[in-house]
Amino acid sequence: MSARDDILAACRVSRPPGDHPLPELPRFPRPAEDVLSEFQRSLAVMGGQWLRLVEGDDLAAVIRARAPNGLIRSAVPELPAFPRVDAVTRPQDLENVDIAVVRARFGVAETGSVFLSDHELQVNTIAYLAQHLVVLLDPEAIVPGIADAYLRSDFSQARYVSLMTGPSATADIEGVLIRGAQGVRSLTVIFTP
Amino acid sequence: MSAKIHDPVDHAGAAAKFITDEAHLTFHDTRLWEMRQKRDGQMHGVPEWQELRDLASAIKEHTLSRLPEYLEQFEAQAIAHGVQVHWARDAAEHNAIVLRLLRENNAKTLVKSKSMLTEECEMAPFLERHGITLTETDLGERIQQLDNESPSHIVVPSVHKLRADVARVFAKTIGGDPNNTDATYLAEHCRVTTRPLMLDADAGMTGANFLVAETGAVVVCTNEGNADLSANLPKLHIVSAGIEKLIPRQADLGVFVRILSRSALGSPITQYTSHFRGPRDGAQMHIILVDNGRSKRLGQAEFWTSLKCIRCGACMNTCPVYRRSGGLSYGAVYSGPIGAIINPAYDPARYAALPFASTLNGSCTAVCPVKINIHEQLYAWRRIIAEGGLLPAQKALAMRVAGAVLASPTLYRLATAAARMAVRRLPRALLYNRLNGWGRDRELPTPPKESFAAWHARRKKAG
Repeated sequence: MSARDDILAACRVSRPPGDHPLPELPRFPRPAEDVLSEFQRSLAVMGGQWLRLVEGDDLAAVIRARAPNGLIRSAVPELPAFPRVDAVTRPQDLENVDIAVVRARFGVAETGSVFLSDHELQVNTIAYLAQHLVVLLDPEAIVPGIADAYLRSDFSQARYVSLMTGPSATADIEGVLIRGAQGVRSLTVIFTP
Repeated sequence: MSAKIHDPVDHAGAAAKFITDEAHLTFHDTRLWEMRQKRDGQMHGVPEWQELRDLASAIKEHTLSRLPEYLEQFEAQAIAHGVQVHWARDAAEHNAIVLRLLRENNAKTLVKSKSMLTEECEMAPFLERHGITLTETDLGERIQQLDNESPSHIVVPSVHKLRADVARVFAKTIGGDPNNTDATYLAEHCRVTTRPLMLDADAGMTGANFLVAETGAVVVCTNEGNADLSANLPKLHIVSAGIEKLIPRQADLGVFVRILSRSALGSPITQYTSHFRGPRDGAQMHIILVDNGRSKRLGQAEFWTSLKCIRCGACMNTCPVYRRSGGLSYGAVYSGPIGAIINPAYDPARYAALPFASTLNGSCTAVCPVKINIHEQLYAWRRIIAEGGLLPAQKALAMRVAGAVLASPTLYRLATAAARMAVRRLPRALLYNRLNGWGRDRELPTPPKESFAAWHARRKKAG
């Protein structure tokens, strides 16, 4: 027999006795706090930053000011001034990017996470090889909880999805928290419709 | 393979060495307890916490009771999305599949994120013997790889090391200033030396936290960004996953993702919760579904629920024995309370000491997010090990004597009278010696002058 058939047969023989029904998933109440302020608070806990554009702010200028001489690449149509992420031929070619700009499909208030799939990222590695990540997010596109996020069909419309929550981090050396492990050193959400 | 690795693990002996180093012991104990407290803080912030534990436990028990069906559903979904699925009965088959995939793709360098399963399969030394250069990309795991040591904790692999140890390991292997023990400097040094290896790697490997039967998604929960780089840079991504990682529905992630990192590190979620469902254009994605003893454990009435484990490490962080003995003292891939119930299933003789590395205080069970009755399984293993004649000699002798004494009221009364006299009158050298484990590092209590039975008889007479 093949390994596959052997393993499946062994699991059938070993099947635990008794009925073990699959539970329904209840919807738990969420805090009364509005989702935008909960998102901001949660994101800060995970080391992420956020900013709101004020009247008269130019998005491109706001981002450029964060790295006046750095290489900025964008995966969003509203920033044609920056070279496109998908203009590279290999995912490795993004290694020198200082700031990458992407747009999240939605955010999650409970954790401050943003939904980014291969559609939004264009090249998946941009979200990790860039030194800093700027994520555009429509403040209207925030779901309350992680459980709400997983009821959406967006996950099954992509080959790759990451719920990203703040920048890469590690505490593997004596528990000292360091932002910027192997991925981005900072993640900033800019609220813009 | 050397005969040495099959010798019974001397947990107490290794732990005795660990506790002689005050600085390491204190940090280890404090750091893990801090993780436990952060976990408690998260728990208190989620009013439905106990309901989530009940749901997680029920979903896992359901899945395990219908594992063949869910494995087939997952396989069909994965294949439909262009993933190649492989099955491995044991570690040797798993390693052979990995090597074959690497050779077929002419891959000589492999970058991988943390995976306890590949540790279990002893894959790294196998691949290296066959000419593959393997780089661990998780910081803690990289430190352990460079120091030629196993991970001592399933979530924080190098938690038993202090920053000076890390500086020493780096200076010896990947360069750097041995006297600069700043954690930020050390992490940065690892980042800049690992990134070129990832950029050049021929293949990448990750483990899996969850496999979703409904959608074929492989879910990987990490903090450093190394897993997503290892998977997304090379043209070949291999996933190594135990068959117990299945969950039925995408919506079930709404339970498990909420409890995993809260239980593990005391953070609301990992920085990256990544879902891989198919290869990128021009790339390959392979999944190896590994049994390696799991189907056998599924058939063990007392132990099958240990397969619910989601590898959060909460039981280790809370365990007073683990915190004061260090993960390496367990001499096994899985340490702490969960290791003490998993490892004996593989080799009860070799791991006979581990179920005794517990006070049976039940704290492991109380923090387990999927409600595994860990302390009861520890007790069950003790019974099996004793019945199998696998007890360490000193413990076996004591148990035999105790068994005889406790079975006979006359012997028991004689023995307690003798003990009351002995502890009061015998010289210390006779009481505190190698045969009396209880007299090591602690004083025996002063016994009362008379037994309860004698006191009760006297009161009744006077009454």
